[in-house]
Parts: sequence; structure tokens; C-alpha cells
Amino acid sequence: MASLSREEVVHVATLARLELTDEQIDTFTPQLAAILANAADVEALDLDDVPATSHPYPLTNVWRPDVVRHAGVRDAVLAAAPAAQDGMFRVPSVLGDAP
Amino acid sequence: MTPSTPSPNASVLPEGWGMVIGLEVHCELATATKLFCCCPNHFGDQPNANTCPTCLGLPGSLPMLNEQAVELAMRLGRALNCDVKRSVFSRKNYFYPDQPKDYQVTQYDLPTNLGGHLDLPSGPRIGITRAHIEEDTGKLNHVGGGGRIHDAEHSLVDYNRSGVPLVEIVSEADMRSSEQAKEYANELRAILLATGVSDAKMEEGSMRVDANVSVHHLGEPWGTRCEIKNLNSVRSLGRAIDHEALRQIDLLTNGETVRQETRHWDEASGRTGTLRVKEDADDYRYFPEPDLVPLEPSAADIARIDAALPVLPGARRAALAEAAGVPATAGGVVMAVERGLDHLARAAIGGGADAGRVLTHVEHNLAVDGAETLSPERFGDLVKMETGGELTATQAKTVLAEMVATGGAPAEIAQARGFEALDSSALEGIIDGLIAAHGEEWEQFRSGDDKARGKLSGFFMGKVMQASSGQADGKAATALLRRKAGL
Repeated sequence: MASLSREEVVHVATLARLELTDEQIDTFTPQLAAILANAADVEALDLDDVPATSHPYPLTNVWRPDVVRHAGVRDAVLAAAPAAQDGMFRVPSVLGDAP
Repeated sequence: MTPSTPSPNASVLPEGWGMVIGLEVHCELATATKLFCCCPNHFGDQPNANTCPTCLGLPGSLPMLNEQAVELAMRLGRALNCDVKRSVFSRKNYFYPDQPKDYQVTQYDLPTNLGGHLDLPSGPRIGITRAHIEEDTGKLNHVGGGGRIHDAEHSLVDYNRSGVPLVEIVSEADMRSSEQAKEYANELRAILLATGVSDAKMEEGSMRVDANVSVHHLGEPWGTRCEIKNLNSVRSLGRAIDHEALRQIDLLTNGETVRQETRHWDEASGRTGTLRVKEDADDYRYFPEPDLVPLEPSAADIARIDAALPVLPGARRAALAEAAGVPATAGGVVMAVERGLDHLARAAIGGGADAGRVLTHVEHNLAVDGAETLSPERFGDLVKMETGGELTATQAKTVLAEMVATGGAPAEIAQARGFEALDSSALEGIIDGLIAAHGEEWEQFRSGDDKARGKLSGFFMGKVMQASSGQADGKAATALLRRKAGL
């Protein structure tokens, strides 16, 4: 479990849109492997009776009423954007549809 | 993968082949605000008018969950016979400009609704795998290259839709024909409307259907599936599924393989094209959304939702069909429920009006705004006047339209319009007069062949209607003409 290949590091970096040098890949691969090894330690424990925790706080059902409030930030945000046109954010064309 | 039962209605496929279909339907919830911020959830406003730091994914913003979105999602879950469970929001990580945070908040391993079913009007029960809550993305407008994705020069992003609450309803791969898929989409839409969960407008994108399609030799395991996107109507759904199944069969019979991929339906050309090869779920690196706590509906919450559910379209069709003594799939029954006129129809039938005429009016003459305000008693009275011979079918239709517009009583409207029933002696008088005035035509009508008689029958009917100011009953007049000609 604790082993992590260079290829996996490169793949994860690609997914995260990180451009890593060969040197950085050499540095990060053992560091990430060490983190996974720690997780493997926990995995080795018998935790069948322990409920999975997604959040540290014992809170559920936190919400707000469905009432409109206008933020009115559109023009300020568009003015701060790298490029805007016709009230919209202008971005480079992207091949293909959203995943 | 298990072998399926033989495919019903799969006549578009060559002998021995079957298709297997599962649908993923995204529908926008009918809330006032977005899922995680107080911006309006409203279609058609100026670009980016409904945005704030949260739905623009600006640093430092945090999500605040909309209570009503959760309520509507659970309501839909119960309407689809799901278990409503403890659920957790997750982040689905990917980069695309319609998603400003670079992740979508959705539900992954712990969705709100699990394991339900939907019964198609024609009978089959389709499993619902899950129905989870997630946020919608913004809308990209591709500029240059004629607006097409693949050769756009750049894109303009409108984030009004970003963060709009969605429920994604995932079916089991239980459908075996495009007809069943269309039926499923229509029935789901009817349930969304009946429960007030969504306005479910496919043309505005508030209901979007993606289809997973695979083919196989009947009796053998299922093949590799492809997902089809960009289906903007129930009609395109059906066309795209049939086209995709035939494309896959073509590949397989030519010794090629089907690649698991997402394909884009092009309505104009009637074809699907490759969009991208499917990514693995692992590549999305899902993890629990740290800024939102779990949802944990109590038994009391679920009981309250169940108690407030309206009678669903399937049960309403069954009730009307029973009252009318026709199958639940009859056109008039389906349209009555779809237009919300089933109570009207049942009340009119219950009051003694002829069921066949009631359903005919609902199906053909009440596709208008305001039809639901008709008084069942007056609607029933109209049908009784019609079946009692006081009004012709054409006159009844005219009176009905005025009843919808003014709310008036049928007898008064008929009288005001001079729709006194033309009694048979008056009709006979008119016809005798016409025979005397058009002896040559009458002779041809009596002795001519079918073609000549059809033509002259039209001639005489026109004259009858003219002479009676449109009040003659067409059927009675035709019958009388034939009788006088000794036919």
C-alpha cells in the first residue's frame, strides 16, 4: 500500500494541473509515499465498530431559509476579471464539453 | 452484467440484438435561491446578474445550504420510492471554465436518496439507483466558428446557472427500447411537475437527460456502453438512442469494438459523435466537502414529507381510467392527467356525463389555458347536451371554448349563439329544397360512382351548412342525404 510510483505522481499532478520538473517528482514521490504509509497504519487497525467520520464537528442539518438577497457584485467582479465581453467572462476556448 | 430479457419494441434493431438503456436525468430544483448562496435561481436574466462571491468561487467565500433544496430533493426521493438517508456532500474535482471553484459540490458515496423505482405507464418497473443533490455549472457560450464547441475561438461564461440546485436521478439499466426511455422521461417529468420539485423544461435546460446505451446479442452479456449527451427533447432522446444502438451494432458486426466514451448528439445531422473518452471516477478525486455538515433526516421529517406528497400521476391515471372504463394508457386519460384535468373529467363522468365524450374533449378541445377553471357541473351539462342531440360536436366545441373563456353556462352560450338544435324536420326541409334546386347534381349523387358521390356529398353538405348557418349536425345530414337517395 505504501508504495507509490512516479507514474502515479505524474498522473495526479496532471489531474491537478501541476507542472512538475523531474527533480520535483523525485522529491515528492517518497514524501507522498510516506503520507500514504501513515494512512496504511490506520488502515491496519480493526475499526469495524467505529463509524466513519466525514467531519470533525457533531453537527448535522445546518442550513438557511430560501430567501433571495442580491449581491450586486457583477460589475466589480467583471472589471477585475482578466477579460470580459458582453457582461460575461471571456476565457480561452476549451476543446470538448465539461467532464 | 447479466443477460437481459428479450427486448420489447426494439424493432429498429436487427434480429437477435437487444439494447440496454439507463438514464441520468438532471433537474433544477424549483427554489427561489441557489444551492449555497442567496442569489436568485432564475432563468433568462442578464448574464451574470445572479452572481455573488460564493457562486463565482471567489476566495474566502463559504457555502450556506438552502433548506428548501434539501426539502425538494427528499420529496422527489419519496415520490420515487427511495430510502432517504443520511447524506454527505463531496467535492468532485475537475477543471473546466463553467465551474469556477474547480470542483463541483455533489454527493458521492452517501447520496440523499437511494434505491427507488418508477413504474412506466405501459407496465415495466424501472429501478432508481439514486437521486442525489448537486450544484449546476455556469453556461459557456462558444464564440467564433459558428458557435460550435470544436472550432470556437474563445468562450464567454455566464455564471447565472452556477450553483443552481440540481437533483441527478440515476436509473438502473432497466430499459430495453427507446420507447421505454421516452416513457420514463415523460413519467419522471410528470412526477417532477406534480410534486412541484422542478419546472422540468427540457427546452430551457431545467431537465436534462443523458442516456447510457449498450447493445448485445439477446441471451448474451451486455456490451460496452456509451453515454449520449446534449438531448434537448424527449424526441431527440428516442432518436439518439436508436441511432447509437445501430452504430454500436454496426461496429460489432464489422469486427470492431465499442469504446466506452461520451458522445454528443447532433440534432441537425441525426448522429452522435465522440466528445471524449470517459474518465475514471478516481480521476475526480472525490472527498467530503469540509465546509458542509452531513444531512440527517429524522423519521419524523420523512413522515411529514410522505404525508404532504400529492397523488402521483400514475395513481391519478389509474383512478380516471377506472371511472371512465378505459385503459390507463388511453390518450384522453394520459392527456387529462398531464394537463391537470383529471379531477374535472372524473367529476363530470361521476355526474353522469358520457365518459368517451368527456375524454375526447379533454384530449382535443381543452389544450388551452384556463381549462382547469371549468366547472365540472357545467362541463358535464355540455356533454349531456351534446349526447342528447341538442348540440352538434362542432357546436359543442365552440361552446366549450367560450365556457373556458367566460365561465358561462353551456345552455346560455348555446342560446346566445343561436345554437338551437336544428330539429330533423327543419333539416329535412333544407335538404328537400336543395334537391329541388340542384336536380342535376342530385341525379349524379344518386347514380354516380363512389368518387362522384364523394365529391357531390361534399357539395351538398356545404349547401346544408350554408342554409343552416352551420347548425346542422353533419352526421345526421349525411345520413338523411343517403336515405333520400335510396343508398
